[in-house]
Amino acid sequence: MKNKESVYIKEMSQLIKSLINFCKYELEIIKGEINIYCSTKNLTKILLFLKDNPSLSMECLTDITVVDYPEKASRFLVVYTLLSVSKNYRVKVKVKLADNESIPSVIDIFSVANWCEREIWDLFGISFNGHPDLRRILTDYDFQGHPLRKDFPLTGFTQVRYDNELSRVIVEPVKLDQEYRNFDNLSPWEGMGKYLPGDEKSDQRKND
Amino acid sequence: MTRRENYSLNFGPQHPAAHGVLRLVLELDGEVVERADPHIGLLHRGTEKLIENKTYIQALPYFDRLDYVSPMCQEHAFSLAVEKLLDIDVPIRGQFIRVMFSEITRILNHILNLTTFALDVGAMTPFLWLFEEREVLMEFYERVSGSRLHSAYFRPGGVHRDLPDGLVDDISNFCKRFPKKIDDLEKLLETNRIFRQRSVDIGKINKTDALDRGFSGPCLRASGVEWDLRRNQPYDCYSDLEFKIPIGTNGDCFERFLVRIEEMRQSIIIIEQCLKKIPSGACISEDPRIVPPKRDKMKSSMESLINHFKLFTEGFHVPEGETYTCVEAPKGEFGVFLVSDGTNRPYRCKIRAPGFAFLQATEFLSKGHMLSDLVAIIGSLDIVFGEIDR
Repeated sequence: MKNKESVYIKEMSQLIKSLINFCKYELEIIKGEINIYCSTKNLTKILLFLKDNPSLSMECLTDITVVDYPEKASRFLVVYTLLSVSKNYRVKVKVKLADNESIPSVIDIFSVANWCEREIWDLFGISFNGHPDLRRILTDYDFQGHPLRKDFPLTGFTQVRYDNELSRVIVEPVKLDQEYRNFDNLSPWEGMGKYLPGDEKSDQRKND
Repeated sequence: MTRRENYSLNFGPQHPAAHGVLRLVLELDGEVVERADPHIGLLHRGTEKLIENKTYIQALPYFDRLDYVSPMCQEHAFSLAVEKLLDIDVPIRGQFIRVMFSEITRILNHILNLTTFALDVGAMTPFLWLFEEREVLMEFYERVSGSRLHSAYFRPGGVHRDLPDGLVDDISNFCKRFPKKIDDLEKLLETNRIFRQRSVDIGKINKTDALDRGFSGPCLRASGVEWDLRRNQPYDCYSDLEFKIPIGTNGDCFERFLVRIEEMRQSIIIIEQCLKKIPSGACISEDPRIVPPKRDKMKSSMESLINHFKLFTEGFHVPEGETYTCVEAPKGEFGVFLVSDGTNRPYRCKIRAPGFAFLQATEFLSKGHMLSDLVAIIGSLDIVFGEIDR
């Protein structure tokens, strides 16, 4: 069963490679999932082609995600997860993005992208060119900052409470009664690998 | 000369038909909805950020709290994702228990959705009839995990504990009894004139639109797309089980209702098969790097005690990598995009909630309908804010 799946994924990736030849990109299969790395410039072209080509037919954009790597030059990795219902396979299209760079919106291709992009703007501060209504979506109405960036502290910067004297909700700098305890439980020892030292030899023997 | 203006209305966040904390800003022309702008985020707890700061075991209970009416299915998605990154297998018994409880969860969720949907459009009785059964199911939850809602029962590697004595018999008794209740519910509503008038041809969506708007689960199937992850991309032991996938043709509120009714019947069939086929053996992987030792061992063996302590403080390390793993949750495709950097904490964990896409489509579905139809549409989409706001 598992074997059949991986053969199918390989076939599909070959098909993608042979069909998309109009721009530069890289294709990789990791853990049985197809990953396409491309540049911002080619993103809409590739997504549109994946959707419209009848032998690829990616009808559904499942999700848009971002991973933040603050130490890297191009800080954000934007991941578009696509699903083909008729062909039964998934593809992840990935774009690297530096801070302050913007990325074209894909609402014209997939309507579901609207809120996904709003969410990313809200939580990561990546702006989308051509988005009709780029408002915050998950955080509070006057929220400042982008909470899912790695440099945003877990406790945030402000806290809200109801003030009895002013009889309204007020926003004030966060004040912790106790220091936030971030336990570093990482041990200096490397964890045990899959095999105990010496076991690899017995495995080799079995294979021979 | 009279001047006509559209009427703006704030629907929720404390309206009982808003199913939680939905704030809809509506623009009405008379009673017809012109524009519906959902304001979400009132239940935003920053789950994804919190998960980045917890070990893998500590992150698991957050998944119960997302969609709080189908907790185990979400644990399932996270467990599968972690297992994929760790590259470990789940014993067959563990897989069967998981599938069985996923289906119990599906029934739990559908009971809540169908009855409250009926309540929204004016039928009180189903709610009273079926919530009794929901209580029975939650008792099963309690017996395996110790809690009725936030169970934290599925763990990476299997399930936390084996089934207690007598549970198998009780579940099989339930399976014999419950189809009658489903029939009652269907009989009461399917031919009911008021219910039909409130739901047939309301909130219609066709195949292409549904896919374009990221629909999944019963809402997609009601539009006529035969797509079920349990069948198309099977996980755990679903490939060994036989069940039918109900699909609709029209994609309106009424068909979404019918699809869910049939899904409950199929869930019962799956549970019965599981009860028949469930083998004996271990219910969780025996890999000591991931799974804590048994209680009695921990009390008598020093090494087990150390192992236990290390697993619950440092946790296990997950090899570098990333995966998008999804399950067919009762509401639709629930996915976890997990990125690991090789430490004991997830580097990034994105949660793909089916309800997010449904709620986004409310404007599309309700445009041109009456205000009261909007309530039916929201009811039929099965929206729970825990998962949408995260």
